[in-house]
Order: sequence, then C-alpha cells, then structure tokens
Amino acid sequence: MTDLFSKFDPLIEQRETLLETGITDPFNLVMEEVESPTVAICNGRRTILLGTYNYMGMTFDPDVIAAGKRALDEFGSGTTGSRVLNGTYGGHKACEEALKDFYAMDHAMVFSTGYQANLGVISTVAGKDDYIILDIDSHASIYDGCALGNAQIVPFRHNDIEALEKRLKRIPAGAGKLVVLEGVYSMLGDIAPLKEMVAVSKANGAMVLVDEAHSMGFIGENGRGVAEAQGVIDDVDFIIGTFSKSVGTVGGFCVSNHPKFEILRLVCRPYVFTASLPPSVVATAATSIRKLMDSADKRAHLWENSKRLHAGLRQLGFTLGTEEPQSAIIAVIMPDLEKGAAMWEALLHEGLYVNLARPPATPAGMTLLRCSLCALHSEEQVGEILGMFAAAGRATGCIS
Amino acid sequence: MSERSQIIAKVLELIEPFNKKGVEVSEATRFAQDLEWDSLTVLDFVANIEDEFDVIITMNMQAEIETVGQLVDALEKLKA
Repeated sequence: MTDLFSKFDPLIEQRETLLETGITDPFNLVMEEVESPTVAICNGRRTILLGTYNYMGMTFDPDVIAAGKRALDEFGSGTTGSRVLNGTYGGHKACEEALKDFYAMDHAMVFSTGYQANLGVISTVAGKDDYIILDIDSHASIYDGCALGNAQIVPFRHNDIEALEKRLKRIPAGAGKLVVLEGVYSMLGDIAPLKEMVAVSKANGAMVLVDEAHSMGFIGENGRGVAEAQGVIDDVDFIIGTFSKSVGTVGGFCVSNHPKFEILRLVCRPYVFTASLPPSVVATAATSIRKLMDSADKRAHLWENSKRLHAGLRQLGFTLGTEEPQSAIIAVIMPDLEKGAAMWEALLHEGLYVNLARPPATPAGMTLLRCSLCALHSEEQVGEILGMFAAAGRATGCIS
Repeated sequence: MSERSQIIAKVLELIEPFNKKGVEVSEATRFAQDLEWDSLTVLDFVANIEDEFDVIITMNMQAEIETVGQLVDALEKLKA
C-alpha cells in the first residue's frame, strides 16, 4: 500500500527540525483567556495581541455582545440549514440590509465565511470559456475559487498595471473577462493601484471583483475600502468582504449593483450547499457593521497607531514590507524561517503575539512577522510593543 | 530555419537568463525538476514568452506543460 501521507514528509521533517531546537510551535498557540481585543493570556502570560486582524476592536463591543446574546436566546444556537432552505432567518436579512446600507449598494449576499464568498462568487461568475485575470499574490481563497470553477486563469505580476493591461488586450475578442484584485494585500500590507487597474479593466470590457477583506471599516471616507479611497467604487462590479476582521465575528459577503445579482443565491454552490451562519453571529455582524458606519474617530486613531509602529520599527532597524504605512498591517521581513521563528518566540516571551507567516502563504518565499494593529491599541501599548521588538530583536541578533 | 526551430531558438534564448544553474537545456528539459524554477520564476518567464510571441499561456495550459518541448508544441499551436 502506498501511504498517501508520504507526500507530506518534507514538511513533517522541516517542522520536526525546527521544533527540535526547543522552540515554541508558532502554529499551535492557544489563547487561554481573552481579556479584550488587544490582550489575551497565552501560556499563562499576559500577551498584547498584534496579529488578530481585529482592526476596529469590535469583538468586545457591549452593543455587539448584547445583540448576540439576545439572538441566541430568541433564535437558538444554530439554523441547521442552507440559506436557500430553512437557514434564512430575519437576522440574515437584517445583516444583508446593514451591508447594503454600509456600502450604498443594491444587493448583498452573506456567506458562511469570507473564504466561501470568494470561492462561490469567483467559481460561479466565470464559466468555462471566460477568463479570470488575477494578481499573482492573490489570497488562497481566490485561487481556490479559480480551481473550483472552469474558467481560463491568467495571472499577472503583483500590482503591475501594464502587465494587467497587456493580458487584457491579448484575450480573444468577445470572451467574458473577470479581473480579480484585492484592496489591501494581507502579507505585506500594501494596497493596490485600484484607480488605474479598474480603469484599465473597464476600458477593456472586463468585470471587476475587489476583495476588501483587510480594508473594510477604516480605509475610505465611509470605511468601504481602497476602491472608495481611490474614487472607483462605482466601477467595481463585486466587492467581497469578511466579518472575521473589522466586523469582529465570522462570515463573508459579496455586495454588488448588478441587476441580476440575486440569481447567485440559486446557482452558487458554496452558498447553497452549506449551513448558514448561526443567528447570534449574524446579529453581532449586523450590529457591528452599523456601528462601523460611524467610527471616524477610531479610524483616525488606527491610522495613528499604524504610522507610529511603522516609523518606530524602521527606526529600530527592521526591514518592513512597505516604504510607508499603507494599511493596518505592518510586515517585518525576516531573513529566514529559523530567524523568524526565533524572533517570534522571543516576542512571545516578551508578551507580544504577532503572526509568523511563511511560504507558500508569503510572496517570493519570504518569512514575515506580520503585525496587524487595532483601533483599540492605546498609545501606551504601541510604545510597549516597540520596546518588546527592540528587546527581542537584540536578543535574537535581528537588529544591532 | 523551420518555424519550429525558430520557436525553439527563441524559447532557449528566453530560458537562459533564468537558467541560474547552467543546466544543459534540450526539449526534454523539465521546468520544475531540472531547472528548479519556483512559481515566481515561472511567472516572469511566462510573461516574457507571452510578450515575445504575443500570446496568452493560461495557468490551465501551464499545468499541462512540463518540458521545454511541450512549451514549444503549445506555442506552435497558439501561433497557428
């Protein structure tokens, strides 16, 4: 018998080699208690959270929690059904109404996760003879959406407007085209030149889908994302988003002004063939989304945090993913996995949690310590975080 | 030169800048195993091929192309 698991041997070996050095497993951390959006107890130690995507700190908002508890009492613990059968409750419709108001768009469709939103919309909208043109650094859920569908897949170099345009022009005349972009790319925290890319896509007759998972709530005047900030949101056909970042729970969605959008509810398999979100989750999401519409002060503070951390880390001598802070993600580039894991552990000992990111999730084989800031990180906490980076960086020899 | 040999000559020329290990390249050379290219190298190389021949080589097609010879076959078809 061939052991089907032998294909994983190289990864198993790499992990064992790393863990033999006695290092804490970076992919097996347990949060024993969570005090707030910015503090948890990990391995018995009070830890500042700097790797949660909880950008707007909504997870402990009293109104959000109250809405969730009420829905749990009134509607029960789960729907036990698909959105198209017994799984659509008043709360799901209310959540879609909140999204339509938030984005000022005609249609909203709630999925059980953000991953499924990309999987479903991309695989359904682009059919066999259509073309999907996507940035090479796209998230796994976008690639998996391509793999689930039957379209022709054409990647182009990250954020390269000319490369996108060249490929659009070479696609056979008359073929359907879907350009897939992200507002913020989550590994390096850089944003896309959507203004130019959306214009080029439209000029070449393509529909455009933008994943704004990492920008919702704080980029753009109304927190609608990078497309709003760059003034092209009206030319975007589909916006994909998630509830598991700024909204502070779990779930995904697509909003659109396409007049035929609602038919997706019947033809999109990752929407149809899965159970809908529990009533408490959609109640917390709807409450949170409505509160995010009116959070200008928190947005401003989050930007302050991002700028301060970026400048401080750079001053300490770390290499960062972007020249300027472009989002609430600051990526610290590590020379290799061993150094990255050592630095990650040293930070954890200092009392700071960040994400260790490594290939294949990262571009160009990089190892990253990815920091995502929260609007509820206080000025003092950002100061503490910089102190921890200084100490851990010197202890591991990452900085001098 | 026949059209196929012209395509081969051009493909070999475009492989060279990415042939970091100085591998002897023939039609049987495999991109992943012999040239040891990663996905970013493939992207850059394919972009150069696409620009040179003014074609699109989709990821669906790339999945079927393992060797230099198979790439030349694909280009012959695309240019036909």
